[in-house]
Amino acid sequence: MSEMVGKLFGWVNRRLPIANTFERHLSKHPVPSKVNFWYLFGALASVVLIIQIVSGIWLIMPYSNTEEEAFSSIEYIMRDVDYGWVIRYMHTTGASMFFAVVYLHMFRGLLYGSYQKPKELVWIFGCAIYLAMMAEGFLGYVLPYGQMSYWGAQVIISLFGAIPYIGESLELWVRGDYYISGITVSRFFALHVVALPLVLIALVFLHLVALHEVGAGNPEGVDIEEYLDDDGVPLDSVPFFPYKVLNALVGIGVFMTVFAIIMFFFPEGGGYFIEMANFEEANPLVTPEHIAPVWYYSPYYAMLRAVPDKLGGLIVMGSAVAILFVVPWLDRSKVASIRYKGIYSKVALAFFGISFLTLGYLGTVGVTEVRKTMSVICTAIYFAFFLLMPFYTKYEKTKEVPKRL
Amino acid sequence: MQEKDNTRRKVLIGLTSAVGLSGIPFAATPFIAAWNPSAKAKAAGASVKLDVSKMQYGQQIQVAWRKQPVFIIRHTKESLQSLELTLPKLADPDSNQIDEPYKGINPTRSKSAEYTVIAGVCTHLGCSPKYHPEVEPKPWDASWAGGFFCPCHGSMFDMVGRVYKGVPAPTNLPVPPHFFKGSILTIGEDGGMT
Repeated sequence: MSEMVGKLFGWVNRRLPIANTFERHLSKHPVPSKVNFWYLFGALASVVLIIQIVSGIWLIMPYSNTEEEAFSSIEYIMRDVDYGWVIRYMHTTGASMFFAVVYLHMFRGLLYGSYQKPKELVWIFGCAIYLAMMAEGFLGYVLPYGQMSYWGAQVIISLFGAIPYIGESLELWVRGDYYISGITVSRFFALHVVALPLVLIALVFLHLVALHEVGAGNPEGVDIEEYLDDDGVPLDSVPFFPYKVLNALVGIGVFMTVFAIIMFFFPEGGGYFIEMANFEEANPLVTPEHIAPVWYYSPYYAMLRAVPDKLGGLIVMGSAVAILFVVPWLDRSKVASIRYKGIYSKVALAFFGISFLTLGYLGTVGVTEVRKTMSVICTAIYFAFFLLMPFYTKYEKTKEVPKRL
Repeated sequence: MQEKDNTRRKVLIGLTSAVGLSGIPFAATPFIAAWNPSAKAKAAGASVKLDVSKMQYGQQIQVAWRKQPVFIIRHTKESLQSLELTLPKLADPDSNQIDEPYKGINPTRSKSAEYTVIAGVCTHLGCSPKYHPEVEPKPWDASWAGGFFCPCHGSMFDMVGRVYKGVPAPTNLPVPPHFFKGSILTIGEDGGMT
């Protein structure tokens, strides 16, 4: 029997490089021997991606993408479909968790210089994933056709209108109607369930291939490729399996527990994960008193509101995401990790973190004079962190990085 | 091996690529055009009619045209006079920055001296501004002389939808095409007479 299995495996392997690929990317793939919990969020992000794909496929089945039925089909899923509520809350919780782990994953990148040479492409693919996720999240949010779906989409699509000359016709083209109608919902549905997931999966694939080509980093910023054993394997590395896989499983277990607690007990997240206004069907004639995006877009929304000019707001918001792509060329430091960087980098990163969180809060609350001033200051800090990076990373005193991990 | 002259090959490659690339716009056309409003959507976006004679003075009503709110205000003498008060606060009192269809006919900006017809969609990010005709101090403006306030991002407009200075909304609320026939107001068509 085992002989037959061996033969079959040999037959397949002669035609498809299974064993080779498995060894190269999983079983024997060398990863740094010492990393900390910050290095877990990439794995968690892929877990959430799978959750989103599976729960998403199951949501497509009972969902109806028409103006008349979109909202009621969500209620149908919640009330009449067996376990429909679990699947829907899995998807909505998954959306928030996806952004949570990706934000932490990105912060890890800034913390330990995970974008530095030769990892620029890993970082850029990562930024592209983030951008695709933002689009994916927005499109998905419109599908229930609740009040916040409608008015959120209204605000976002109006942003296109700020583009000179072509703005208004572009808006009409995106909507395919004079308002956000069933026509808009069904095209967003197509993009949300087919087009963008394909893009996301392709980008994740590229992100991982590029990562495996250059090797994972570590919190010390030590280049483990410098010291190799006789087989050319880095001395300060361990094989991915079992060391990292089993390690990650513990983290995944903890994460799944948190996920389940939210999903079962706090699926609305106090109005931050699913906004209360979205329990009401879309009404193009009545704007809700307070329009706020879901928490994961709120920092950018606060930036948009900080600028008293429509086109200017759009440019600031766009640049805030665009600037992430060029971080590998803004950091001129000799060292990668914050542990060996100088005081300027540490202060800058702290200020950046605080301003981003503050913007996140400001984006969820109404506008007052004080808050508007705070938004302007935090937006300035956000951009200063990146724009001044070439200077403070270059002219600060860094510590000596050890040779070995 | 003798050296080859690659010029011919390069020209052929260039020409073939150019012909191939020129096909892209043609291939893309149906995909882009399919996103335009369909004939059905266009038909549903035709004009609406209503009788405005039943409106009270100072009343504002909202009708849906293309499912978007259109505000109709029947002005009082006072509210028309208050337009003068807010004049210094306005960014573009003569509507020079937008394509104003009935410019200089009436202070109401419409085809009627009594009614204002404006799109009830904030020119900032598309929220629907709220009608506050009262002349009294408001949290957003201590010397409020009546008008529209957008709850989303705090844009302010006067009683005929002209935008204030220093607010996020860039332009005045646009006036949709309309005409009056007796007391019947048609929104969405010009009536062919100006």
